[in-house]
Amino acid sequence: MLYFSRWKIYMIVATCVAGFIMMLPNFMGRDTLAALPSWYANSRVALGLDLRGGSHLLLEVDMATVIRDRVESLIDGARQQLRTANVGYTAINAADKAVTVQLRDPAQADEAVKALRQLASPVGGTALGGGQPDLTVTADGGVVTVALSEVALRDRSTQAIEQSIEIVRRRIDETGVNEPTIARQGNDRILVQLPGVEDPDRVKRLLGTTAKMTFRLVDVTADPNSGRAPPGTEILPSAEGDRYQSRYVIRKKVEVDGATLKNATASTNSQTGEWVVNFEFNSAGANRFAEVTKANVGRPFAIVLDNKVISAPVIREPITGGRGQISGNFTAAAANDLSVLLRAGALPAPLKVIEERTVGPDLGADSIRAGLTAVVVGFVMVCAYMIASYGLFGAFACFALLINIVLTLAALSLLHATLTLPGIAGILLTLGLAVDANILINERIREESKKGRGVFASMEAGFSRAYSTIVDSNLTTAIKMALLFIFGTGTIKGFAVTITFGILISMFTATVLVRLMMVTWLRRTRPAALPV
Amino acid sequence: MFHLRLVPDNTKIPFMNGRFAGLITSAVLSIASLILFFHPGLNYGIDFRGGIVIEARTPQAPDFASLRHTLSGLGMGTVALQEFGSPQDVLIRLERQPGDDAAQQVAADKVRGTLAQAIPGTQVRRVEAVGASVSGELFANGMLALGLAMLAMLIYIWFRFEWQFGLGAVVTLLLDITKIVGFYAVTGLQFNLVAVAAILTIMGYSINDKVVVYDRMRENLRIYKKMPLRDLIDLSINETLNRTVGTSMCTFLSVIPLALFGGEALQDFGIVLLLGVFIATTSSIFIAAPILLFLGENRLRRGAPVEGPAAKEPATTP
Repeated sequence: MLYFSRWKIYMIVATCVAGFIMMLPNFMGRDTLAALPSWYANSRVALGLDLRGGSHLLLEVDMATVIRDRVESLIDGARQQLRTANVGYTAINAADKAVTVQLRDPAQADEAVKALRQLASPVGGTALGGGQPDLTVTADGGVVTVALSEVALRDRSTQAIEQSIEIVRRRIDETGVNEPTIARQGNDRILVQLPGVEDPDRVKRLLGTTAKMTFRLVDVTADPNSGRAPPGTEILPSAEGDRYQSRYVIRKKVEVDGATLKNATASTNSQTGEWVVNFEFNSAGANRFAEVTKANVGRPFAIVLDNKVISAPVIREPITGGRGQISGNFTAAAANDLSVLLRAGALPAPLKVIEERTVGPDLGADSIRAGLTAVVVGFVMVCAYMIASYGLFGAFACFALLINIVLTLAALSLLHATLTLPGIAGILLTLGLAVDANILINERIREESKKGRGVFASMEAGFSRAYSTIVDSNLTTAIKMALLFIFGTGTIKGFAVTITFGILISMFTATVLVRLMMVTWLRRTRPAALPV
Repeated sequence: MFHLRLVPDNTKIPFMNGRFAGLITSAVLSIASLILFFHPGLNYGIDFRGGIVIEARTPQAPDFASLRHTLSGLGMGTVALQEFGSPQDVLIRLERQPGDDAAQQVAADKVRGTLAQAIPGTQVRRVEAVGASVSGELFANGMLALGLAMLAMLIYIWFRFEWQFGLGAVVTLLLDITKIVGFYAVTGLQFNLVAVAAILTIMGYSINDKVVVYDRMRENLRIYKKMPLRDLIDLSINETLNRTVGTSMCTFLSVIPLALFGGEALQDFGIVLLLGVFIATTSSIFIAAPILLFLGENRLRRGAPVEGPAAKEPATTP
């Protein structure tokens, strides 16, 4: 136990030196880092939002809307299929995750089922085929039910969340936030972390808008204030900027979809000086837009965003260039936001913020300072106690403790782990827990030497007897911290991470490294008695 | 060479004389803690209950009464104001707003706006808004972590020691944790994820401490085959006392800076850990050891009945 082979000594020293080198980039300035190779410059811990300042938002995708939209499109499809198949029906209704059709003639049930089955498309298969139909069509007398299968629902929600993440990323990229993190969490959540964002208001506003834009015709024959919309139309309120009308009767049929937009930019109108959003369609959109405007000259054409009418200008002449302008009495910020939303595309379903944690940058800086002070003060106090109690052997333990902190930082740097304020608390606590091993060993050595054993024998016994206890106590703490890591969230995970690393590393520093120091000292000085 | 010894060598404190006093005190404290847990209950933080916390720094020390009045006027339920750190730092807590998760957002924005109006130049340094669904999950996960930790410790100790040790350790652990929970109830400190982390840490520390003392008892059981269990336990505790006190001391020293400069979140954590270290250390001596004495009499040594006065017999040392 007291013998160290030469290569083992080299390994131990090399580990410590490597750890020291790998944690150095944490303390280098930006300029120095830029001059270093990236693999080395990147060996730094990431600071958590609570230390560097920033905003953490947890968003939830409204899955009920996703399913409702799917059911609604299913109703449209069913109507068409039944018409083509010449099957009469008296009613067609949306039920929970299904559509029910009341047939006029129950004898046509088989035909209806056959026609409606055409709506199904396979899901869950591969490019080569396979998969299952996303619908089950069953007939019960004169009622035919088209139900979305479980697989289809799951597939749909996965699609919705992936699409949402993509749109969220595009929108956030537009705001110019540095290094945002956007990640899926669970089945219907998106985690967004925005370093450096002090007031996430704009981001929340951008993310809180679905931005589904459609171009639709206005029914000018109906009175929007009557409260009753003629079939095939709906009454929609106007957006705040509209000066002319507070409500419009809008045809349900979407003439041009906002999804066909290629670009959108905010600018001021050269004549009126007001803020407008210029948009440009892709070729399919441009063709469709030209067609519609050609056929409807002289009629108002509504631009609808999230079921609100932004404006409904009258078409003066066919627009064939695929470009247009939205003027809605915008402020500069509103015009900019709208152009961002249109460029990034529509969300498949509304998002809502269910958790927000924002820390200002100077509170973060204060926390770093407080954390560093606490670690330094803690280290000094623990060292003072150890040296006062165990003299030279205490000093060895303190040196090992320093190496422990260095190696912990190195490990966190190599893994790019995130250091949070609770993480700093973990480092601090590790100081106390790590020296436990040295206290156990030193006390044991002391006891053994008091029993009259020789210098080497006492050391040997001290280390070997204390060892199983050390392993035990560290293992129990590691189990706890694994649980905390699994079940905890956010910054508290940082506590589990630093303490686990600190403790595992202490098994090396507090025992192997300290033993090496003690043995080296023994061989050099050959003392008659141990200094404990 | 002078060395600091907090516990003089050859200390022989007859700890087991105080076994009833220790057990009774502990039981009373734990029962009181349980009562406090149900009434008035814990002050759950926003992690677990949902709600809003805003930390702001005002240009001058704010007038708390008028600020409270202004914020209460928003009709958002109880508004708690707290000064901490410097007199310019205000912590504003709002209970969870009725309605869905988005309602928290609306309320937080309202407070921000009002604050900017009431005290111009106010800097909002931190905003946390947690809705009901998230807080419900966090709470469930926190409790799951505590429950599983308890179970993991039980299994660990069960494999590692004879059942008497395991039972002693787990009962002691339960008594320790109830007291910590009681402390949260009495002081009204925020019970949140940080509190769960604190309790887990204390559990780990407490088990460590028991493992050290138990290890020594097991070793002594092999060495002193005829020593009465009571004396043997006292001997083992005294032998490990310097380590116990030393480690507690070091943990104390490392945690004190947290309690002093930890900021809003970690100050509580530091304070609870300080108490936890104390509880865990004393419980090894006054709870875990007596339980072992009651359970282990006549059982821990197969066959060999306990004999009269300690016939100290330094058996063959390995």
